[in-house]
Amino acid sequence: MTGEPLLDVRDLKVSFRTEDGLVKAVDGVSLTLFEGETLGIVGESGSGKSVTMMSVMRLINDPNARFEGEVLYKGHDLMTLNRDQMRAIRGTGISMIFQDPMTSLNPVYRVGAQIAEQIRAHDHVSKQAARDRAIELLAAVGIPQAAHRVDNFPHEFSGGMRQRVMIAMAISCNPDILIADEPTTALDVTIQAQILKLLRKLKNDFGTAVVLITHDMGVVADLADRIAVMYAGRIVEQGTRREVFYDAQHPYTWGLLGSIARLDRPKPRRLAAIPGQPPSLLRLAPGCAFADRCAHRFDLCDEPPPLLARVDGNHLDACHLEPKQKKELRETTIHPELIENAE
Amino acid sequence: MTAAEAPSASSTPANGNGDGELLLRAEHVKKYFPIRSGVLLQREVARVHAVDDVSLELRAGETLGLVGESGCGKSTLARCLARLYPLTSGSVVFEGQDISALSRRELRPVRRELQMVFQDPYASLNPRKRVGEILSDPLRIHKRGNRDQIKRRVRELLELVGLSPEHINRYPHEFSGGQRQRIGVARALALHPKLIIADEPVSALDVSIRAQVINLLDDLQDELHLTYIFIAHDLGVVRHVSDRIAVMYLGKIVEVSPAEELYQRPIHPYTEALLSAVPIPDPDLSDRRTQIVLEGDVPSPIVPPSGCRFHPRCRYATKICAQQEPPLAEYGGGHLAACHHPLNIDLPVAPGTDAAPVPGAVQDAAPVPGGASSAVPAADAEPLPPVAGGSAGAEVPAEEAQ
Repeated sequence: MTGEPLLDVRDLKVSFRTEDGLVKAVDGVSLTLFEGETLGIVGESGSGKSVTMMSVMRLINDPNARFEGEVLYKGHDLMTLNRDQMRAIRGTGISMIFQDPMTSLNPVYRVGAQIAEQIRAHDHVSKQAARDRAIELLAAVGIPQAAHRVDNFPHEFSGGMRQRVMIAMAISCNPDILIADEPTTALDVTIQAQILKLLRKLKNDFGTAVVLITHDMGVVADLADRIAVMYAGRIVEQGTRREVFYDAQHPYTWGLLGSIARLDRPKPRRLAAIPGQPPSLLRLAPGCAFADRCAHRFDLCDEPPPLLARVDGNHLDACHLEPKQKKELRETTIHPELIENAE
Repeated sequence: MTAAEAPSASSTPANGNGDGELLLRAEHVKKYFPIRSGVLLQREVARVHAVDDVSLELRAGETLGLVGESGCGKSTLARCLARLYPLTSGSVVFEGQDISALSRRELRPVRRELQMVFQDPYASLNPRKRVGEILSDPLRIHKRGNRDQIKRRVRELLELVGLSPEHINRYPHEFSGGQRQRIGVARALALHPKLIIADEPVSALDVSIRAQVINLLDDLQDELHLTYIFIAHDLGVVRHVSDRIAVMYLGKIVEVSPAEELYQRPIHPYTEALLSAVPIPDPDLSDRRTQIVLEGDVPSPIVPPSGCRFHPRCRYATKICAQQEPPLAEYGGGHLAACHHPLNIDLPVAPGTDAAPVPGAVQDAAPVPGGASSAVPAADAEPLPPVAGGSAGAEVPAEEAQ
């Protein structure tokens, strides 16, 4: 990937003051997104993947939140913009869709009116033109009889259709970047396949860059060009789709890959579960946050592991193990049945 | 009518588990929810056909997976089997006793044997009770011993599910999601049940925690000789835990099969599409396969489509599909499907191919390069011709054909 990135997040830190102490939700995340690219951010609940992207959109209004770092969009630092400037960027530059389309849509307005409102907020067009554009958009995201459905209320749509409406709204002003935060988590697999197909079409037809936040490794394998794996507020591994799946460097990534009950492999006798639970963000140890759950922990793990390219130019990981060691250990973690058979 | 005449979703033990005796048999279970309208008279204006004529059998020691999209009736069916709902019609025979018409009081001894684990570990535990109380309630209600014995049993249960007995005085909010689900499992185990119906027990959990709970359920089954009905929408999880799998669509069972066989030889087009929709966590395989993307949504169960309920979304549908409802027909090896245009019927029953997954482009006939290791005995290698009318279309459902 060459040239200037469209979005360049540099050492972003987000913390929340709470009654129990300081929660470091995002702790030094750096990411880049290039034109037309799809970046997958994978991690479990509380890993900071949503907070990172909500911070990029400047959507966190909590007075107890503190932000550090830079978010450069086409060279401008979004962190320094005022409300009106930020509003101009949202929708036209970067837009976002969320997990639960029912809570993201206003239940008392017709969907067409909600899409038209967004169009008129950014473009000076007539009401009729905005409405026509809304119908066009609904048709583009695959709503049948768009001209008729434009006057429906959100509750008259199914979950998958609501997510399509959200996508229509998000692309109404032709943004450069679409951030999709768990867009298919609330949906059935068959509907998920429809929505993923739609996202792929947007990417191909309009060249929209997509940030896809998900906990599902299958979804990123399908859609992402590059993948960042997050754990306890930090990126622990980042690389191309193939690097992360076929040459994973971080034991947490191994654990994620091993714990999926997958259909494309023979059934293992047991799933390789990651023992224990994610750490509390209130009391993070200074060293590697994953060390307590890691089967390969050693002395050095008490030191914070930097995110470095240890194997290849752009394949970064935050683990102290030697790449050669990792290669051997990895096989036993992702494919535990291999050891069982060898025994 | 016997099971031999009407191919209900009967059990054919396929791989190890499930060779026990018949534990539960459901016959023609129907559950309709009335939709009422009007202020005083509350006339019934329509019905939601949540479960519509489902028959199945369950043998001791096996795990039956129940899959389908939201609204297909899998949870309703589970609750009917546990008699948490009264049935509209049909019967549920549990351990030789018809429980479909029992009163609350008569059901009590049955409840000991038949327990449920629910999806949401946040909603299914009383937030104002300590863990000790949550786990001792069933023991007290069913008068299982004195205070000391109950206390001992509660500690035992906590250990059994991998929690520390010191947690006995904590409240549910002090636990993480995975730990709460362990408490839910412990509560279900308290009375030494034979059958546990788990309704999406891992859907609300993160992947790494999900694997822990699945492994726990696996271990408990071996240790305590439990029988499970495992409901999930995640086909990977269902394959991992199940011996047999029933696929539901709009209140009907459309296919039942030994687990591994279902993934290698789906017969019903809905199963094929469902399998094809599952994302594969492998970039190269994912790129190469051709996905079948179903159009539209699940139709309303208030006015289900005529004939085969899947026909409006089915890519193989013809005229007959809209006119006649296909009966569940047997395709060998305990594999049943209800379709006028069954797929993969010339393939042998669960071919014993090598363990390596097929990386080639996946054609229509084999939507997912499923785990290719054969878990089904190769003895049944000859595909049987479908009984009960075959694809030309039996005029009546098989049950009435006799």
